[in-house]
Amino acid sequence: MTLYQEMKYLLRKNIREYGMYIALLAIVVAFGFTTQGLFTSPRNISTLLNQTGYIMVLAIGMTLVIVCQYIDLSVGYLAGFSGAIAAILMTQYGVSEWVVIPIVMVFGLAVGLINGFMIGKLGIPAYVVSLAGMFIWRGLLLMATEKTGTIIIPNAGFNAIGNGFIPDIDANKDLHILTLIIGAAGIVIYILSAIKGRQSKIKYGFEVISTPLFIVKLVFISLIIGIMSWIIADYNGLSWTVVICMVVLAVYHFITQKTTLGRHIYAAGGNRNAAELAGISVKKITYIIFASMGMLSAVAGILYTSRLQSATTTAGTMFELDAIASAFVGGASASGGSGKVTGSIVGALVMAALTNGMNLMGVGISYQYAIRGAVLVLAVFFDVTTRKKK
Amino acid sequence: MEKYILEMKNISKEFPGVKALDNVNFKVKEGEIHCLVGENGAGKSTLMKVLSGVYPYGTYTGDIVINGQVQKFTGIADSEQAGVAIIYQELALVPEMTVYDNIFLGHEIKKGIAIDENETIQKALEVMNKVGLKINPSMQIKDLGVGTQQLIEIAKALSKNVKLLILDEPTAALNEIDSQNLLKLIKELKKEGVTSIMISHKLKEVTSIADTITVLRDGKTICSMDATSQQITENEIIKHMVGREIDNIYPKREKIEPGEVVLEVRDWDVYDPNLGREILHKININVRKGEIVGISGLMGAGRTELAMSIFGNPKGYKIQGDLYVNGEKQSYNHPSQAVKAGIAYVTEDRKGNGLILIQDIKSNITLANLKALARFGVINENEEVKVANEYKQSVNIKAPSIEQIVGNLSGGNQQKVSICKSLFASPSILILDEPTRGIDVGAKYEIYTIMNRLVQEGMSIIMISSDLLEVIGMSDRIYVMAEGRVTGEIDAKDATEHNIMEMATI
Repeated sequence: MTLYQEMKYLLRKNIREYGMYIALLAIVVAFGFTTQGLFTSPRNISTLLNQTGYIMVLAIGMTLVIVCQYIDLSVGYLAGFSGAIAAILMTQYGVSEWVVIPIVMVFGLAVGLINGFMIGKLGIPAYVVSLAGMFIWRGLLLMATEKTGTIIIPNAGFNAIGNGFIPDIDANKDLHILTLIIGAAGIVIYILSAIKGRQSKIKYGFEVISTPLFIVKLVFISLIIGIMSWIIADYNGLSWTVVICMVVLAVYHFITQKTTLGRHIYAAGGNRNAAELAGISVKKITYIIFASMGMLSAVAGILYTSRLQSATTTAGTMFELDAIASAFVGGASASGGSGKVTGSIVGALVMAALTNGMNLMGVGISYQYAIRGAVLVLAVFFDVTTRKKK
Repeated sequence: MEKYILEMKNISKEFPGVKALDNVNFKVKEGEIHCLVGENGAGKSTLMKVLSGVYPYGTYTGDIVINGQVQKFTGIADSEQAGVAIIYQELALVPEMTVYDNIFLGHEIKKGIAIDENETIQKALEVMNKVGLKINPSMQIKDLGVGTQQLIEIAKALSKNVKLLILDEPTAALNEIDSQNLLKLIKELKKEGVTSIMISHKLKEVTSIADTITVLRDGKTICSMDATSQQITENEIIKHMVGREIDNIYPKREKIEPGEVVLEVRDWDVYDPNLGREILHKININVRKGEIVGISGLMGAGRTELAMSIFGNPKGYKIQGDLYVNGEKQSYNHPSQAVKAGIAYVTEDRKGNGLILIQDIKSNITLANLKALARFGVINENEEVKVANEYKQSVNIKAPSIEQIVGNLSGGNQQKVSICKSLFASPSILILDEPTRGIDVGAKYEIYTIMNRLVQEGMSIIMISSDLLEVIGMSDRIYVMAEGRVTGEIDAKDATEHNIMEMATI
């Protein structure tokens, strides 16, 4: 096989997975042209990522929920209410932000666990439980902010989560040096782990992609990491939001792809009966994914509240729908059993890039909704047809 | 010359790899009760599905002639139009709807565009009266017993002006009294000119009610016997049902002296809260090391339920009685505990309960015991690939690679994956539920060979099977079940199809 043939073969085999990345790239390039480079400017890319942070976090948790054939509609207002709790604890009780953040996360976890219990143990459909949650958290959010209206948060540390950037080693340079170093470290770690993985496969006598293609792949992905680091370093460097998202993504990607827990989640979503008969407790899996969803909702609430530097009465509106749309655009299947957290991140970025790009082009908000709806259907249509071919 | 209401001539129907019906001829006289009998898989249900249009014209060869006219049904609606109504074993009623709505479901009585509720109730009462149902037609189906539901199904058929009523094992789920009532009703309907075809495994019922008995075996008509002029005995029917040559399709195994008892259940009573009745009664069985124990019996005898109740009870039955595994008393409330104790279960329904069809071979094989491949919860994927490849080779799964999606494999290969999945949890007791259902002869032989290898390595196997020859050919000892009880235990040496069938059809 020539290099070209091998590439074509791999591309065809993995079209479903690569499709989203290609779509994201196409959107970025297209908006780059239509906005005369405004879209791809370091400042805009940085803003885009920071604005999307809380949706990415929600989309990661939602992926697991959808993989297990459930849905969670309560995440939006739970995030909003979590943010309000954080704001009240900090402003009215004077609790330090570093104490508040874990408290709120534990709160989210506990709420999620209760949801999981009602769904897994009591057998109430997830749709109903989370719809009820949506009403309840919205009511509580209004109650919490009723007297004060919007709660302004003065804590600099808390507000840095949504607005701040990691410190730099040498503040005098134009580029953010620490970000570049992290980017370089990322490339090195990626290359080393890829080589190690390949060697391990060769040791087991398994088939691997040819050496030239392997090098092409290394160079290509290193280039992407490099370019992204460069762009981000050009404008204030890595934000704390992006750091948090990357950490959450790394943890969840690892759990879903590499651990027994992850495998059990996909099995439970793919065929519940078979999973039970294989000795997996689907009930336990349900508790875990809803607890994780609750905790991530709290994290999203913190990110959003921090970004606005205040808790508002409408925080959380439509978050759940954005998160669900991201997961579907990213390849999660409504019939359960498939979908990756990395895909959902790309899905969230696609949707956010569309909004951002159209804003820059001056497209009206009414058109934007319609276009995003069309993209959602198209993405899932693409997913369904490529799945059938397999 | 008597008049035939139905003649099915030279009907053949093929599924991929199987000839389900092979030139079947089936004639039903007007106004008679015609019983159709045969082993599981003989083709009875397939024949009835051809007749009712579930398998439309063109998917089979041969002719269906009703009242002298050749019929070309494209769907159930067509056959109903011709006066054929079929009542399936699994009742087709909507639990949340009322009795009268169910009776007229699909052919609602309308006034203009709206449903005429009063007229519906009126008509419902008429047909309910015909079947002797004296309940409020506004009750919901879910509040009624199975016997009553069966009568409602018949009422539903009568409301469609049925001339030919087909009942697929109508008494399988009924108790003795309900069964008697139902049989009486069928006889009364006969007086009113309704012709009935009844499929049944209960030969006592068959001999008591039938005017004609037709026996199917391996997709062929074996004989059609007139039961009005002569008394047909159950023995005769059984002989026709099983009377085929025994081919040598079971690989020889060196019989080893079985060891100590590894699994035993005593006085095992199982109650199913969903059905609201006891499904297993005072079961006593045991399995010894290195032994293949066959569990035979007809569908609905409670064999799978027995396996499920032993294997961690995933269905939530209420169980009384004792379970001993390796001499110790056990009580499981989740399959994970049974797996841990060394029991594995290969389901009869590999697509529904066994495999994750959208995943690949590798992930399916390793699912039940991922821990063995993981350290701190992290899976060693290379080790996983290695293990999966070893299994693939050892049981000869025919697929290009272990990355192949299981949903795309043939039945036999899926079954092998399903067995590997259980073996990977390294069990000492393996329960195989219908291990060769729906797979071809070659793959069957391979699965038998695997079974022999496993018991020689010291494993114990419980094999549930409807195939009598398979049970006799593979087992050391056989338990026969009927209606939730163990009705017999025989050494395989002494077992014949005949004596098993006798125990299974009381």
